[in-house]
This record gives sequence, structure tokens and C-alpha cells, in this order.
Amino acid sequence: MAVLVLIEHGDGQVDELSLQALTLARKLAAGGPLVALLVGPGGREAAGQLGAHGVATAHLAEDERLAAYAPGAWATAVLDLVARLEPAAVVAAGTDRGNEVLSHVAARLDLPFAANCTQAGAGSPTPVTRVRWGGSLLEEARVHGTPALLSVAPHTVPAAATNGAGAPTIEAFAPRLSEADLLVRVAEHVSTVTAGVSLAEAKVVVSGGRGVGSADGFGMLEELASLLDAAVGCSRVVTSAGWRPHTDQVGQTGTKVSPDLYIACGISGATQHIAGCKGAKNILAINTDAEAPILANADYAVIGDLTEIVPAITAELRKARSP
Amino acid sequence: MRILVCVKRVPLTGGRMVLTEDEQALETRHLGFTISPHEECGVEEAVSLVEQHGGEVTVLTLGPAEAEEQVRDTLAIGADRGVLLATDGAEWDPQATAATIVATIEAEQAAGGTYDLIIFGNESADAGNYQVGIRVAHALGRPVVTGLKGLSIEDGQARCEQEVAGGRDVYLVPLPAVVTVLEGINLPRYPSVPAKLRARQKPVETSTPERPEPRLEKVRLVVPAGQGRQAQILGSGPEAAPAVVEVMRELGVA
Repeated sequence: MAVLVLIEHGDGQVDELSLQALTLARKLAAGGPLVALLVGPGGREAAGQLGAHGVATAHLAEDERLAAYAPGAWATAVLDLVARLEPAAVVAAGTDRGNEVLSHVAARLDLPFAANCTQAGAGSPTPVTRVRWGGSLLEEARVHGTPALLSVAPHTVPAAATNGAGAPTIEAFAPRLSEADLLVRVAEHVSTVTAGVSLAEAKVVVSGGRGVGSADGFGMLEELASLLDAAVGCSRVVTSAGWRPHTDQVGQTGTKVSPDLYIACGISGATQHIAGCKGAKNILAINTDAEAPILANADYAVIGDLTEIVPAITAELRKARSP
Repeated sequence: MRILVCVKRVPLTGGRMVLTEDEQALETRHLGFTISPHEECGVEEAVSLVEQHGGEVTVLTLGPAEAEEQVRDTLAIGADRGVLLATDGAEWDPQATAATIVATIEAEQAAGGTYDLIIFGNESADAGNYQVGIRVAHALGRPVVTGLKGLSIEDGQARCEQEVAGGRDVYLVPLPAVVTVLEGINLPRYPSVPAKLRARQKPVETSTPERPEPRLEKVRLVVPAGQGRQAQILGSGPEAAPAVVEVMRELGVA
């Protein structure tokens, strides 16, 4: 069966999360044609990389009005291909844009849409496993209707290449865009010029919870963060207490982070918070309570009073760096 | 301005997920309930917009009869009235949820005028389907912008800001519109005791819609393996600092 995959790309490179989506889609296609859709400028360069992932044909949606992201216009590009190719399934990465575009497609086709799947099988209804509670719970479900619309939960399916596939056939087309498709589009991009690194992009995040004790207590976290070129984050209880601005809050329904190292200082580890930081490659928990839920989600832990431990780590780092 | 905020009652899950015996739901006998944090932000956004521009805030929820408690909580932080679409407790799929919300909005608008702004959380904290707001917008023929971390209204236009890599993307859409918000767009206020008392007197209209067959059909819930992973203990107290720095070196971040 044919499976259509919406591929996100930037600077002529395919996004890693789209390669992961492609890997699940290839399994779903079970030998049938795997077809990609790339929207906007840079699609042609990116499409060249898709042969190694089993894509037979890459369709490029080209129109100068697609230079700025417009969810309705992307959905129209998907719908044009759905009408033409009649795929059994349409798959996207479970990113903000992937979920948004497929939701528009689902609304316009009046079909169900399963967001953030970790597995999908053949058949109708399509059996899927999807994440709930930001990944703390799984749901086995059936998607009724064709095409089956589904997105792939980030970092749950490792991207795998196939053997010996050549470059895909490239076909450009102009989606039939309406005025309404372009009403909601990125009108302006405001660059954030800040002194530090942003939470969402930092390699290291030093985050504090109730255990930090006060707004002043974050001083020692700031100091450690500055040594590591890290961003400072916090849990909900901290913003509610007014110790940190609400923009610093890490959580499932707010800012999700994916640093190489997440240092959770005095954070007990409520589900909401864990879902916001579980994208971190490594989690180090510093907590007085060895039974705190955060420990069950961390890779490393130091047990004890963070007001002693954090300054000790800072001092040790300074010592290690001094000649 | 007439603003509608749609919210959902969800359990306060704490650290560990425990399922009911039939694997259809979380075991909630010992849990409290709330609306999701970003939906609280949605209510706060609506209340502060009405404080600036005048108007009325309505809060709508689809959920069990007990969800009236969550609607009253939003009335205590400044919403004016509530609409409860009461279920028998069974879960509704996103298509059915959107359809019944649309039917309610259309009836409300026929009686009381257009909602200039309809606010949702970006996704429900429990089911995480990411689509109800978009489906409602589509059915009503309104523009929709998702995942907002900033919102302002001027001259009948909504300036909507999303946080993206390297900064913020800005969308400008005409009202009436639908938006979905993230936590961090504002800091929700706490209700005062008099406000809580006043909330008891505010109107909550209840109806009981019929649940259609789900098309995103839940078969069962599963607690993922990997919960209960044990962290490697690097030590206790400040003496653990050298071990921590060693790990940072191995990870290439020190």
C-alpha cells in the first residue's frame, strides 16, 4: 500500500524527526510505495537525501507563497496529493507543525487523526500505539477511515536507512492554494537577543524546584549555569511562588527541553514536569529524598542538600579548569 | 469582547501511573482533579483581555458531572459563566469532542452573539490529541493559531506569538479567531476567598449530549516499560561533586 509522508526540512537538510517518521512509515507501507511531500524552498536539495530511506517518489510543493509557514497551505498540499495518489496512510513527525498540519487535513477530510504514535500496523481500522500524558502512558487504539492519518512521537522510533536505494524521482507541483489557506501564516520572525542561551535550545539546563527554597536560592543555580553555558529552568511550583519568571518553566504543557544534560535540583518529579524534560539525553537529579519520583526517571543522582551540593559542583568545575 | 475558553478536567497524577483493572482509564480513586496548567493560562488570558477591552468570559467543558467543580474554579478567577456538557464518564474521541463543542457554540452564538475569540489549550494534558481546537476552527470557518506564548488584541486583530528556534514567529489574524495556548503565556492569578464565594452564585448551564461511536477508538492503556528505571547514585552530599564533574566530562558538557 502507498504511504505518504510529510517531510520537514531546513537549510536543504531533512529534519531528524522526519527521518524517524519515515522509518515508521516504511514499515507501515510493507514494501508498497513510500512517497514523500516536501513543502517550500529547499525541498529539492533535501529530497535527494530520501532515497536512502526508501522513498520512491518525492513531491515538491512549490509556490512562492509557501516561503513562510502557513498550516492551511501545507494541508492543501497534502490534500492535493491524497486526492491524486489515494494513499492508505499519511504520516508526519509529531512536531508542532506535523501535528498541526495533519489536524487541518483531518478536519477537512472529517477523518480521525492519531497524534504521536510509537507503532502502527497494517489493516483497516489501522492499529496504532500512541503516547498520552506526554509519554508517561501509552494507548493502543484503532484508527477508523482511509487514509489513516498519524504522526510519529519524537525519539520513539530510531531513524534507519535502507540498503541500496537510489535517488528518488522528483516531481514538482503547485498546490491549489486559496486565500483562506494563506490567512494564517508567519508574518514576522522576531529574533530573541538575550544574554544567555534559550531553554529550548540549551545543551545543558540547570533547573530548580521547591527544594531551592527561595528566589535568592536560584543564585547558585545561575552561577553553575554560567560555567556550563547552560539555561536555567524551573518547575511549576517555582513560578507559582514567584521565584522565577513563568517563561522559565519546564513542563508538558509549556516548554519542553531536550538538552544533553538536564540537572534537576530539588525537583520531586511530577508527571507534568517529567514530560517536559524527558527529551533530555541525560538527567541528573539532586534531591534530599532518594525515593522522589524524579529518581525513577533520572540517569544519575546525588542525594543530599542542594544548597551544599550545587556550590560544591561549581567549585569543582572551577578547580578543574584553573591551570 | 465575548471570549469562550474550553477546558478539560484531568487527574492530578503525581509521580506514578496506575490503571483501572479494565485498562481503560487511570485509577483515580485517590487522586484530585484539576484543569491543565496551560488551560488555566487560557482562562487567565481571557479574563485579562476582558479586563482590558470589556466583555464576557464563558468557560465550556465536556466531562463528567463532577467537572462542574473545575468550571467553578475558573469562575473564581474571573470567568462570568460556565457551560457543562455532561458525559457519563466515558471518554470522547477528538472528532466527537469537537463536533459537540461546535454544536454548542453555534447554539450559544445564535442566542447571545458571536464569540470574538475561542481559546483552547494546545493539547489536552491526558489524551494529547493536538486537534480539537483546529477541528472547531475549521467547522466554524475561523482562522486558528496554535501553541501561543504571546497574545495581544488590537483593532479587531490578534497578534499571536509562538516560541520557535532562535526567537518568536508572529501571526496576525482577524477576529473572530481560535487560538490554542501553552503554559508560560502568562502567570494565572489565584482566586481570592470572596471570588470563590461569588463563583458559587455564577450560572453554569448543563446539558447531556449523546456520545457518538469513536473513530479514534481506544482499545486499552498501557504503562510503558522503563518506568521505575533506577538512577546511578553518584554519592551523597558535597563529596559527590568530583563524580558529578567526571560525568559532565564524559557527556562532553563540562
